[in-house]
Amino acid sequence: MATAAEKEGVVLLDFWVSPFGQRCRIALAEKGVEYEYKEENLSDKSPLLLKMNPIHKKIPVLIHHGKPICESLVIVQYIDEVWSNNPLLPSDPYERAKARFWADFVDKKVSECGTRLWKLKGEAHEEARKDMIEILKLLEGELGDKKYFGGEIFGFVDVALAPFTAWFYTYETCGKFSIEKECPKLTAWAKRCKERETVSKSVHHPHKVYEYVGKLKKKYGVE
Amino acid sequence: MAGGQELKLLGLWESPFVVRSGIALNLKRLGYEFLEEVPGTKSELLLKSNPVYKKMPVLIHNGKPICESMIIVQYIDKVWAAAGPSILPSDPHDRAIARFWAVYIDDKWFPSLLKIVRAKADDEEEKAEAAEQVIAGLQLLEEAFEKCSKGKDFFGGQTVGYIDIALGCYLGWLKAAEKMAGIKLLDKEKIPLLVGWAERFCSADAVKEVMPEADKLVEFAKLLRGTQNVAAPN
Repeated sequence: MATAAEKEGVVLLDFWVSPFGQRCRIALAEKGVEYEYKEENLSDKSPLLLKMNPIHKKIPVLIHHGKPICESLVIVQYIDEVWSNNPLLPSDPYERAKARFWADFVDKKVSECGTRLWKLKGEAHEEARKDMIEILKLLEGELGDKKYFGGEIFGFVDVALAPFTAWFYTYETCGKFSIEKECPKLTAWAKRCKERETVSKSVHHPHKVYEYVGKLKKKYGVE
Repeated sequence: MAGGQELKLLGLWESPFVVRSGIALNLKRLGYEFLEEVPGTKSELLLKSNPVYKKMPVLIHNGKPICESMIIVQYIDKVWAAAGPSILPSDPHDRAIARFWAVYIDDKWFPSLLKIVRAKADDEEEKAEAAEQVIAGLQLLEEAFEKCSKGKDFFGGQTVGYIDIALGCYLGWLKAAEKMAGIKLLDKEKIPLLVGWAERFCSADAVKEVMPEADKLVEFAKLLRGTQNVAAPN
C-alpha cells in the first residue's frame, strides 16, 4: 500500500537549518502535500544530491516523480504551479511582479548580509550592521500595515522571508541592535508567521540557529 | 501603442538587462516609448520608479513600475499572453528548468564575463582566467541547449523563449569581450550548438533592432572603465 508521500512522488533533499530548504517545507505544508524529507550531510553529500544537482551540488532539491528542481524560489514557484490550492503568488500580473521582486530582494540581500554580520569584524561588521537595518527597514516599508506581505494571504514573499525570522535573534545579537525597535511591524509579522503551523513545524527555534552559527564561527576561526 | 495602454522602458541599450525587456516587448509586438538614460547619471524618473536598486531597466505600464529584467519578461509574457508565442514553457517542470538556468546565467556565469570586460587592458592573466570560466559555463549551457531545444532552433523550441532571452541578451557583450581579451569565447569547436543558436538568435526579428554591436560596446566599456555603471544583474 503506497503511503501518501509515495503517491505524491515528492522527495525533498534538505539540511535542517537551511532557510532555503525551509521555504520549500513551508510551501509544501501550505499546499498540504505529503513528501519524503531527506536530511543531507553537507560534508558528505549523497550520490542522489550530486546526481540531482550536479551544477551546484546544493540543497534544497525537490524531486518530483524522479525529476529534480533546484533553487529554492524556483522550487516554491513550481510547487505553487503544480498544486493550485492556496495560491502563493497573486493572480494579478502587477502584484505577481511585485511579489517576485520582493522575494528576489530577500534572496539577494538577507542571507549575504547576515553572513557578513556574524563573520566579519571592525569596520566591515559595522557596515554589515547598517546594511541589515536598512534591508529590514525596506522590508518593513513594503509590509506596511498588512497582515502578511501577501495581504490577507500568506504568500510568496512571506514564504521567502519566514525562515529568516529564526535568524533575527542571531542578527540582533551579532549586530547588537533590536529588530523590534528598528522594525516593529516586521517583528509583529514574524510573530504571526510563527503562529502558523506550516512555519512553526518547518523552522527551528532561534536559539538553535544561534548555536549553529556559533559552531560555524568556531569552524571559520571567528571570535 | 499596445491597445491604448501606455508602455515606457527606461534604460540604455548597452545594458543586456534592458535588451531583455526590449526583446520581450518585440516578441509581443508591443509599441513603447524608450526613455534613454544618460550614462553615468540616473534620471529622476528612474530613481522614483526603482527606489530600492536605482537601476535599469524599469518598465512603466500605465504609470506602474516593474523592475528586475527577468521579472519584467515574465510580466510581459503574462499580460500579453495572447499577443505572441509564450516566452515561458507551459509545462511546470520545463518552467522550473528555464528559471534555474536564468538564475545560473546571472549569478554564476555573468560575473566571469563582467571580469573580462572590467579587466585592465594589460592584465592578461585576469582576462585568461575569466575567459576559462566563461567557456566552462558555456559548455554547461551547450548541454542545456541540447536538452531544452530538442533539435529545434532555440532553447524555447521553435520560438525565442525564456532561456534564450536570459542568455542571448549577453551576446553583444560576449563578442565585445572576445575583442577586449583577444580570446575566442563563441568557439565552434567547443560549443557548436550554441554558436549556431547565437547566429539565429541575433538574426531574429525581435532581437535584431535591440542588440548592440560589439564594436560600440568596446567603446562604451572604455568610457565606463573604473566606474560601477556596467551593472550587476537586475
